[in-house]
Amino acid sequence: MTDKSLRIVETKYFTFAEPPNELKLESGEKLGPITVAYETYGKPNKEKSNAVLLTHAFSGDAHAAGYHEGDDKPGWWDNMLGPGKAFDTDKYYVICSNVLGGCNGTTGPLSINPETGRPYGLDLPLISINDMVNVQNKLIEYLKIEKLLTVAGGSMGGMQALSWLTKHPDKIKSAIIIASAIKHSPQQIAFDEVGRVSIISDPAWNNGDYYGKETPARGLALARMVGHITYMSDESMMEKFGRRIRNVKERHKFNTGFEIENYLHYRGSSFVERFDANSYLYITKAIDCYDASEGRNLSEILHEVKAKVMVIAFKSDWLYPKYQSKEIVKACKVAGIDTTSCEIESTYGHDAFLLEIKEETQLIKHFLEKVVQAG
Amino acid sequence: MLRYIREIEFQTICSYIKERSSVLDLGCGDCELLHRLVKNKNIKAQGIEINEKEIYKCVKKGVSVLHEDIEYGLSEYKDKSFDYIVLQQSLSEVVKQPDKVIQEALRVGRKVIISFSNFAHYSARLQIFLKGRTPITPSLPYSWYDTPNLHFLSLSDFIEYCRERKIKIEKKTYLGTKRKAIFLPNFCALVGIFMISQD
Repeated sequence: MTDKSLRIVETKYFTFAEPPNELKLESGEKLGPITVAYETYGKPNKEKSNAVLLTHAFSGDAHAAGYHEGDDKPGWWDNMLGPGKAFDTDKYYVICSNVLGGCNGTTGPLSINPETGRPYGLDLPLISINDMVNVQNKLIEYLKIEKLLTVAGGSMGGMQALSWLTKHPDKIKSAIIIASAIKHSPQQIAFDEVGRVSIISDPAWNNGDYYGKETPARGLALARMVGHITYMSDESMMEKFGRRIRNVKERHKFNTGFEIENYLHYRGSSFVERFDANSYLYITKAIDCYDASEGRNLSEILHEVKAKVMVIAFKSDWLYPKYQSKEIVKACKVAGIDTTSCEIESTYGHDAFLLEIKEETQLIKHFLEKVVQAG
Repeated sequence: MLRYIREIEFQTICSYIKERSSVLDLGCGDCELLHRLVKNKNIKAQGIEINEKEIYKCVKKGVSVLHEDIEYGLSEYKDKSFDYIVLQQSLSEVVKQPDKVIQEALRVGRKVIISFSNFAHYSARLQIFLKGRTPITPSLPYSWYDTPNLHFLSLSDFIEYCRERKIKIEKKTYLGTKRKAIFLPNFCALVGIFMISQD
């Protein structure tokens, strides 16, 4: 753990869109002021041409790597980000921010509404993936970066990378889209809806007005349990848990103590500690409503885009099945974009993008070198 | 011997391709051909390869590659998306429906370069005729039970195919054990390389 002390990172904050210059959201509503929580790793070069933006997945945050003072767990992509790693902090200036609507420092439903002096709750307007990216764009401008070397993310992070590609193509040299989709399928929306209904049916949810009171912990935990099932695969569950049974403290008729049950309960209850139920609703809604193709052919939108694209999928991912990555690749091909794709043989399911580090590192490291060389 | 033939094959294909053109290599393997073309001829390269292990090698070389099946990968492109489409030994080794892939390649590319091992080489003929065995030759060095080849064809087969399909053969090179095989090519050549096009 000697390098741990070297790797202490801090979350920073940037506030913009102070009234009357609020940010116009895709819905047409206005929001401001907006605070963005972000972290940076590595150093910008003179021209600031080595900046990389990481976009986090649904339940991620700005803390992508390193340790916060006093923490014993690193950020969510620590094994991909650092000196000598895929996103090499000796070479690149890496930025990661919490998304709009989130609950880890960036403006979201639990932030204080300046008009009422109380948390927004459901008074926060609906936000979209493109809104999240517009906020990131403001952060990039604030950091005086003209063009990002790459935007990279998995799952919902991949959607944000796609949004950069379609909405701000001239501000990125490349995009790395991992285990993601142009738009959610009915199956993906269905799982999200189960999560949302689970939260909304918890009496403690109280129309989103629960701050300072009992929180809808049961609903949120249940939503997370369903989520975790979709992140794994039949094979990975079999390997990790089998039908093994653990000693159970509170024995009752239906508590047999299968390890998978304990795991889901643990995941559910630990999630409640760090995530806001209303954020869950806002963010899943943003993901479900996102359509990078805007009802057209994505290839038409990507026409004339100069950025290079890398698309990574995982064989056992059934939440974001490989056909969805293939659709992204197809649009890029038809649009004439310089594209690289890889479907990694993995048994981890959707979680693979956080776990198949060796393969992802090989792909991303060399891809970034190529983007740098191309200038 | 195979390595030597492959090297000449590489050089010949490279010589067919103009500088700064766009090239799609179907079944590009580790992207060695494209890598050389990028270095020497400043081409815009795109590979398609089904084997995951090869993808990492291509990416390491800095060549853009798609992890796809040739048949599927080709069909998605618009007409004349590339100046050249290369099928180096892919036609006989990985393509299930050669006719369909050649037609598609001619649609997507302005010119198509195809190389394959000549099944009618005299040593193959002798092995069948005298020994009654499936031939093993310097360019087809595999036993029947362990071969990448799905199809066996001769130079004459391919020329006849092009005639039937009204495909124009723009260039051709026949390789023997000592560089070019000019005399009785369908008898003496180990490998044939063709550049074809269709109006």
